Amino acid sequence: MTQETTPVTDSTEPLVSIKDLEIGFQTGNGFVQAVKGVSFDIFPGETVAIVGESGSGKSTTATGIIDLLPSNGRITGGSVMFGGKDLTKASKKEIVEVRGREIGYVPQDPMSNLNPVWNVGFQVREAVLANNMAKNKKDADKRAIEVLQEAGLADAERRMKQFPHQFSGGMRQRVLIGIGLAADPKLLIADEPTSALDVTVQRVILDHLESLTREKNTALLLITHDLGLAAERASKVIVMYQGKIAEAGPSLEILQNPQHPYTKRLIAAAPSLASQRLKSTKVSVAEAPQGEEIDLVAASAHRHAVVDKADHAGAPAIEVKDLTKVFSIRKGGFRSEPFTAVDKVSFQVPRGTTMALVGESGSGKSTVAKMVLGLETATEGEILIAGKDATALDRAEMLEHRRRMQPVFQDPYGSLDPMRSIGAIIREPLDVHKVGDKKSRQQRVNEVLDEVALPRMIASRYPNELSGGQRQRVAIARALALKPDVVILDEAVSALDVLVQAQVLQLLADLQEELGLTYLFITHDLAVVRVVADDVAVMERGKIVEKGSVEEIFANAKTEYTQKLLDAIPGANIPLGA
Amino acid sequence: MLMYVVRRLLQAVPVVIGTTFLIYFMVFSMPGDPILAMFGDKTPSPAVYDALAAQYHLDQPFIVQYGLYMKDLFTGNLGTTFSGEDVGTVLARTFPVTLKLAAMAIAFEFITAVVLGLFAGLRKGKLFDNITLVIGLILMSVPIFVLCFIAQYFVAIKWGWASPTVGADTSFANMLLPAIVLALSLFTTSMRLMRGTVIDTRSRDWVRTAYAKGLPARRVIPVHVLRNSLIPVVTNSAANFGVLMVGATVTEGIFNVPGVGNTLYQAIIRGEGPTVVSFVTVMVLAYVAINILVDLLYAVLDPRIRYA
Repeated sequence: MTQETTPVTDSTEPLVSIKDLEIGFQTGNGFVQAVKGVSFDIFPGETVAIVGESGSGKSTTATGIIDLLPSNGRITGGSVMFGGKDLTKASKKEIVEVRGREIGYVPQDPMSNLNPVWNVGFQVREAVLANNMAKNKKDADKRAIEVLQEAGLADAERRMKQFPHQFSGGMRQRVLIGIGLAADPKLLIADEPTSALDVTVQRVILDHLESLTREKNTALLLITHDLGLAAERASKVIVMYQGKIAEAGPSLEILQNPQHPYTKRLIAAAPSLASQRLKSTKVSVAEAPQGEEIDLVAASAHRHAVVDKADHAGAPAIEVKDLTKVFSIRKGGFRSEPFTAVDKVSFQVPRGTTMALVGESGSGKSTVAKMVLGLETATEGEILIAGKDATALDRAEMLEHRRRMQPVFQDPYGSLDPMRSIGAIIREPLDVHKVGDKKSRQQRVNEVLDEVALPRMIASRYPNELSGGQRQRVAIARALALKPDVVILDEAVSALDVLVQAQVLQLLADLQEELGLTYLFITHDLAVVRVVADDVAVMERGKIVEKGSVEEIFANAKTEYTQKLLDAIPGANIPLGA
Repeated sequence: MLMYVVRRLLQAVPVVIGTTFLIYFMVFSMPGDPILAMFGDKTPSPAVYDALAAQYHLDQPFIVQYGLYMKDLFTGNLGTTFSGEDVGTVLARTFPVTLKLAAMAIAFEFITAVVLGLFAGLRKGKLFDNITLVIGLILMSVPIFVLCFIAQYFVAIKWGWASPTVGADTSFANMLLPAIVLALSLFTTSMRLMRGTVIDTRSRDWVRTAYAKGLPARRVIPVHVLRNSLIPVVTNSAANFGVLMVGATVTEGIFNVPGVGNTLYQAIIRGEGPTVVSFVTVMVLAYVAINILVDLLYAVLDPRIRYA
């Protein structure tokens, strides 16, 4: 995309020069050093990306530059030189003058970064007035509308009076970008500006951010956990690991010739950069220490054999025919109107294979999953599970149906009861279905914990003591407890960090191989699809617009919509080195 | 919005019926004969007794009496007190006094709680925070009648800054002392609520964004911290107002404020059935009305809340 645009280095003076920056946090367990001696320069007009997983210190570095650290954070050493001044030693008043005017900031989560009680116009105007970009309220209003229009918000004038909750996530992020650029700063710090957004929206926002900063010759410090995205957008990439810079350099060089083992792992784990389906790598998992080195780019010939061997003759594990769901939406007062969320969707999932259902939010993919699970009733159409109609079951049959089909949901923080131990959580489905006696249930809990590669002693612990990846393993263990044939994974890895995501995906591939599971994989991320699925169905506004094998779809997408989703994968077009 | 108000008012109907029924039943079950009580030491002749019983429907079963009473209530006839005064007139005289006292108390409580709570929240864990915490705990743990007596003794009697009782003169200056005592008794919860919300709001992402815009703290604190923190405190104080309007019986009694709480207390002591029931009914209505207003106020303060 843009890696060929050379940085505008007409000035040899760096705009910002960070030297040996050290930042720590006062926590309940004493003082924790989060950033340990970070040094880098940003030149005027240049785009620099800091990449790393959560907890690597990348956001802390970014917020440390303009002293926006949380109240327990403190800069303990080093310097941030900007315009001849050391910002770490600047007075409160000096920092206030730099913020907004010289260095703009776009935060991560558009949902929580606008004050819910003030309208959007007020909040943009505030940024305009704070930096003397307008003399009076009328000028400020004009400038605010201008800023919002520049940020790509359609009919900005009308929307000024609206409140944040009346905006979608993408629109709020545009407002925040507008606020960040309101005073034409020399540097814009964008902290994961698109992580909370849909892939296609993400692309539009990043494109826009790029053209805006180039137009105004604003330097951009982009913080992201996505290496592909960083390489695509920035001329220089800094990889951070455990508070230190692991590696830094021109982005293509880092991507094609990584030196640091951590960078190599990141590249191997990023689904957006991988190109092949995962095969079971039981051996590599057994050999590698817990949570280390899993090669996603491994060959998949074996997998093809498995899929070909799959029982195409027998009834498919899941077959959906003309499935339709109509909701009635309230239109104020007592009126309501029908809304077709799922429109005549048909597909088959052969036993032992993975079908991915892809689409943006609102495309109806999760509704399909809910109907297949029997959590939502279908308005029309048939759902056949192993040849049996699942829409016409009595209570006892429904219970049996649910035993054979288990879900794993998106949010590993929200889907586990915080008041129950891991053992109790995994045992619950066994209790509900009255499988065996107390002792055999306990035995089964241990078995599934082994299967998902969690230590048995974890059974007595509680969800809040586990990491996101461990929690998602628990959710998978719970789904496996009943020995189901089919697992429905609804955005099961979307909330996880790349490395953790890779581990969980690998686990799913291993389990499929071992237990002959059939997966229905719901996701908005085509990059993930490429590494887990055999077949893909692309959904748009309730309809399946395209389906076929993963190879077919990725090599030769027929619809514009699918192409748009494919293009939205960050870094998809970057050639990789060894 | 209108639909919401209508629905809330309809919900109030079973509340009013339930509470009046309960109160009526309790007054009905009180020991003593109301007709004999009217005659004091004398004993009426059986004929007079029967005539009075018929006049007041006392010869009817309980449920019929209750029905007749409710019918009177909704036609505006609240009955008469033992001294022959119309209950409606008594209410019209006492209610404004209570309203004034409640408004003064809530104003003091709200202003001190917001100001001290804000500074305590901004200086979390510092000396100021700890001092307000200790004072707040003392005020909260001392029973209200003790606060009343202390204020009366020191402020009014010893130092002579105010009159120890209110009596018939319900001017602003004269009601200042009981209003402040009431405010102090409610102050701690509001102040701690304010402090907690300020601490919570301060660490919100939008506050960081506000600083990132280049706003100085003197603008971020009032516009993005104070404004948002007011939402729960305003609704809490408004709900307290509803409680006070129903009459601060103890405080009104000690300071001899001629408000509804005091009057109701006297009526209960004297066993004046009609006064008690009518007062309670009106209080329930007032309380329900205030609570609907609190909910509407919430929607005004927080644009995310819209009632449909």
